[in-house]
Amino acid sequence: MRIEDPWHDSFASDRCDQAPPTSAGSGRIEADGRHSVEPPADERARAARVTGPQAAGTQLPSPAGESERERRAREAVYLTVQRSPAFRQVRSRYRGFALPAGAAFLLWYLSYVVAATSAPEVMARPIAGVFNVGMAAGLAQFATTFLLTWAYVRHATRRRDPLALELRWETQEMTRTAVRGGAR
Amino acid sequence: MSGGHPMSTLLLFCAVVAATLAITTWASRRRQGSPEEFYAGGRLFSPMENGFALAGDYMSAASFLGVAGLIALYGYDGMLYSVGFLVAWLVVLLLVAELVRNCGRFTLADVVAARLGAPAVRVALGVSSVTVSVLYLVAQMVGAGSIVALLVGRTGAAETWTVLGVGALMIVYVCCGGMRATTWIQIVKAVLLTGGAVTLTVMVLARFGGDLGALLASAAEHSGHGAEFLAPGLLYGGGWAARLDFVSLGLALVLGTAGLPHILARFHTVPTARAARRSVVWSIGLIGGFYLMTIVLGAGAAALVGSGAVRADNAAGNTAIPLLSVELGGGAGSTGGAALSAIVAALAFATILAVVAGITLAASAAVAHDLCSSLRRARRTARSGAAEVRTAKAAAAGTGAVAVALGLLAKDLNVASLVGLAFAVAASANLPALLYALFWSRFTTRGALWSVYGGLVPALLLVVLSPVVSGSAHSLFPGVHFAYFPLENPGLVSIPIGFLAGWLGTVTAREPCDPARHAETEVRALTGAGAA
Repeated sequence: MRIEDPWHDSFASDRCDQAPPTSAGSGRIEADGRHSVEPPADERARAARVTGPQAAGTQLPSPAGESERERRAREAVYLTVQRSPAFRQVRSRYRGFALPAGAAFLLWYLSYVVAATSAPEVMARPIAGVFNVGMAAGLAQFATTFLLTWAYVRHATRRRDPLALELRWETQEMTRTAVRGGAR
Repeated sequence: MSGGHPMSTLLLFCAVVAATLAITTWASRRRQGSPEEFYAGGRLFSPMENGFALAGDYMSAASFLGVAGLIALYGYDGMLYSVGFLVAWLVVLLLVAELVRNCGRFTLADVVAARLGAPAVRVALGVSSVTVSVLYLVAQMVGAGSIVALLVGRTGAAETWTVLGVGALMIVYVCCGGMRATTWIQIVKAVLLTGGAVTLTVMVLARFGGDLGALLASAAEHSGHGAEFLAPGLLYGGGWAARLDFVSLGLALVLGTAGLPHILARFHTVPTARAARRSVVWSIGLIGGFYLMTIVLGAGAAALVGSGAVRADNAAGNTAIPLLSVELGGGAGSTGGAALSAIVAALAFATILAVVAGITLAASAAVAHDLCSSLRRARRTARSGAAEVRTAKAAAAGTGAVAVALGLLAKDLNVASLVGLAFAVAASANLPALLYALFWSRFTTRGALWSVYGGLVPALLLVVLSPVVSGSAHSLFPGVHFAYFPLENPGLVSIPIGFLAGWLGTVTAREPCDPARHAETEVRALTGAGAA
């Protein structure tokens, strides 16, 4: 009885509204809520075999009563997945975009704030009519925010989501097999 | 708004209250009291719905009336707020939203405690989440009292009763409707507020024939500052303390949003990380559009009403938009002006009610899910989900009572600076632990505890020692002087301390980090395997 483990406090109970659309019904990239995509037949068969009728999203098995051996098995699965080339690729694609983009944007915003407070005369220089450098820089902050949002979403949908979903299935399948297989 | 039109405004206020109560009743019918339902609204909201709700949670009355007022009075320096409030969402989008959705269940502490497995970490984050929520609630309460008193045209007793009424209503929303009702209230409010802002913006632009240049030129002319109005320096151009204070506020705004408990809780109302990402995109669109409109509205108020008239009505500029709506409706004394300003007042009131409900829910989750359940676990007493929801409802009532009491005590404080404080504490205490837990493989329990308390304690201490609490005419205790820290916002100092403390705690920790837990967090965060 591992009652101090926070991953698993009452995970299995109270799963009332958690319906399959979240993941069990989604064969391809995503089932974004209420309208699940009909999965390919082999995908569905695998899901049924591996996860049973329960939603895959709830796959961690009756955690409050998880034994030490089951926990080890689960940990081993996550360590294996973490070392796999497929996961490394997802991670490097995510970090390769999010971290530099985030850092660059933070720098751009902070330099804007520092410039506005320490060099107001530069910001007051007129460009066209009443528009000055400061107005242009402020509007550019809005524009770059929208632009980066668009670029990030595009990158995530194209380069990361398909791989990540595949890994999600595999990880959940491995966890289930490892935990169940050892129990027999 | 001295004269005002109390009757029509009060009627609209009653309509707002009735509508929100109807939503609460409707959303809570046939719902059982599971934590999944109470904290996360069943997790099946669509990205668009959650995007509107996120925007609703974020666009407080302080920004609708406060930021537009600052722009009307100080021009460019007010616009700096608009930029900071929007840019913060990139941190949420890039680093936090998806990973938190995949790793957590209900609260911020779920993510970090799962990574480290120590109940003490959960307690620490519970304490900091409650602190942030209460600070933010007090700011909204103070805003509610002063704005309603200003709009209805009475002061003193009206202010006290408004704070009490808002407190009672928010407890009712949260206790009866949980996350589902709160989310629908946010959605309706976001739609109404956006609609109101669009209408006013179109009316302002129509006055100037759609010419932004003419609007800005007229605003500069009627502000009494000329070209200086359109350049930085009117508000933060004083000594080095004022300038550093603004940099501090800017840092707190951009980093604090990603640590606000009520924003993070929203990501658990959608089914997947992809849905969380798409809801942030919706909210960035809505919030960006909204803050662009506040610039037009602020400039419009300066141009059509005049900065002098705005300042004469309310020194902080909070009534700029109501005054502008009177002017747009046909001028003082006209039926159109009365109707339009009553609608704007009702919008502001709906905004306040929705925002306080969202924060109260987050605070109650932190108390019941993080603090109480950790204590119970320490005493080894098991409990059901329904019992936890009962605790959460009691906690919502308790938090509401505390916020009402503090709101009455602090009712003369500046709302904008209070909001800045909540952001600064969130950025100092919550964000470092969250980012380290998600991204740093060597992060340890000691690092987490040091980063939370190492951010929280300096932030609060610096606030106590700042001009907000003592030493100046606008302070909480104007009579005494112990303001040894010159900045109103502690972010510039306390945020780096929070990050530094987390790093120091980790490198000096004796216990090794747990590679298995790190693997689980990382794999779950990026793939969504085993997500709740």
